Amino acid sequence: MQWLNAIIQGILLGGLYALLAAGLSLMFGVMRIVNLAHGVLAMLAAYLGVVFVNNLGLPWFLALVIVVPIMAAVGYVLQWGLFNRAISKGGLAPLLVAFGLAVVLTQLLQQIFSADSRSIQIGALGTSSIQVSDTIYIGWFPLMTFVVGVLVIAGVQVFLNRAPLGRAMRATSDDPETVNLMGINNRQVYALATALAMATVGLAGMFIGTKTQFIPTYGDLVLIFAFEAVIIGGLGSLWGTLVGGIILGVAQTVGSQINPSYGLLVGNLVFLAILAFRPQGLLPKAVTT
Amino acid sequence: MSPILEVSGLSKRFGKVVTAEDLAFSVEQGSAMGIVGPNGAGKSTLLSLITGVLPADAGTIVYDGQDITRLSAGARSEAGIARTFQIPRPFVDMTVFENAYVGAAFGGDSHGQAGYDTAAEALEITGLLHLADVPAGQLRLLDRKRLELARALATGPKLILLDEIAGGLTEKELPPLIEMIKGLHESGVTVIWIEHIVHALLEVVDQLMCLAFGKVLAIGDPHEVMRSPEVIEVYLGSTFDLGGAAS
Repeated sequence: MQWLNAIIQGILLGGLYALLAAGLSLMFGVMRIVNLAHGVLAMLAAYLGVVFVNNLGLPWFLALVIVVPIMAAVGYVLQWGLFNRAISKGGLAPLLVAFGLAVVLTQLLQQIFSADSRSIQIGALGTSSIQVSDTIYIGWFPLMTFVVGVLVIAGVQVFLNRAPLGRAMRATSDDPETVNLMGINNRQVYALATALAMATVGLAGMFIGTKTQFIPTYGDLVLIFAFEAVIIGGLGSLWGTLVGGIILGVAQTVGSQINPSYGLLVGNLVFLAILAFRPQGLLPKAVTT
Repeated sequence: MSPILEVSGLSKRFGKVVTAEDLAFSVEQGSAMGIVGPNGAGKSTLLSLITGVLPADAGTIVYDGQDITRLSAGARSEAGIARTFQIPRPFVDMTVFENAYVGAAFGGDSHGQAGYDTAAEALEITGLLHLADVPAGQLRLLDRKRLELARALATGPKLILLDEIAGGLTEKELPPLIEMIKGLHESGVTVIWIEHIVHALLEVVDQLMCLAFGKVLAIGDPHEVMRSPEVIEVYLGSTFDLGGAAS
């Protein structure tokens, strides 16, 4: 029974990882940018949550509604101000710019908020749960996180498949030069893609900042979890990212069940096994050339 | 009749390689102009300069009475300039319909149902409607060429630039393509068409320009241009010998 419980908790945790990884997957899918600042940007969102909820006393859900558009705006500005310039330099430049941004932003958060660990307060919702059986409890907050994770993945996927702007993003991903001849400004598309990615990061930051005690450098771990979810699932596939997140989550909770200190280790071993035996991931994007 | 496109003093060089030097010509609204010239003459570069994918080093491009020399490629597309590529560049991961729809929604600025209708119409004209849901990456060459045309048409162009659209097709595949371009021309769209298959070109165009080494060698009536000594020399060498001219 405790194993079943571990798997259920792992699936719920996977929703959080998928939510974390959605933005990383989107930015890579549309622009081939490996955003090494992804984790620390999630921390930025988490600290915004701390300011609005803990310091200013706003309700948690109101803070969420404020943080998400702020992060979207941050993404839009970052893309125009940094990444668009880096992309035109080609190859390695966006990666290095993202790395530099991660370093600067981590230090900045350290400077402002110190290295004391913080957490966004959510009150009773954080601890209340539903009893499923004698030994299995499902927390409302993890359940809510999972549902939001699935909705974000599904929403972004439908957006990319159906919405005119989503189609423009796929076309731009395919051939950024030719789309200009279709009346699309590829840089504007990039800026909107990053804005969307950072909106999901805003959500992820709020949820992870509420679930865990965090410090500015916690972004490194967040980045690794997001990467693992994306790569297990297969680059460029959002549904794959959801599957990857769930596999990572289950691996970690089952590992913790074996021994409380094995959680991260087992998660990383599963990731390593995927890299070794199925490097394209479980659900890679169907590539046609 | 007023010119839809007036190019003057247009120059572009890549390092020491001159691909356009002081080009000047104009194209009448609703006409069709062919461009011929040996490889490396700067034909494709000229199209890139007109669509704005490449910035010009010098000179001006006036389109529909407006100086567009400094306008972005996206803005020029919205203003009604469309182009097809010599080597088709479809969005391979999207369906044929979505390819056309992207052109309609952004270049043609027709959204929602209007965008779907425009895209469907472009596919119908180019004979691709039955392939609408096929991923563009799976198309064979003729259909890829058609899709280039469909996507360009969906943007609602006033001026369409065709880059060797007949290249690589068999003699049997040519006539339907020529009919399609004729139909396009008759519907009032101005056509500028680069092509090595001269007989295909001569069926449609009413003006012909020959480029060589980034310069205009000859321009005017298509048959006269093809007969002019300069053009014959560039194509066949100075010692004109019919026996060796087959290629």
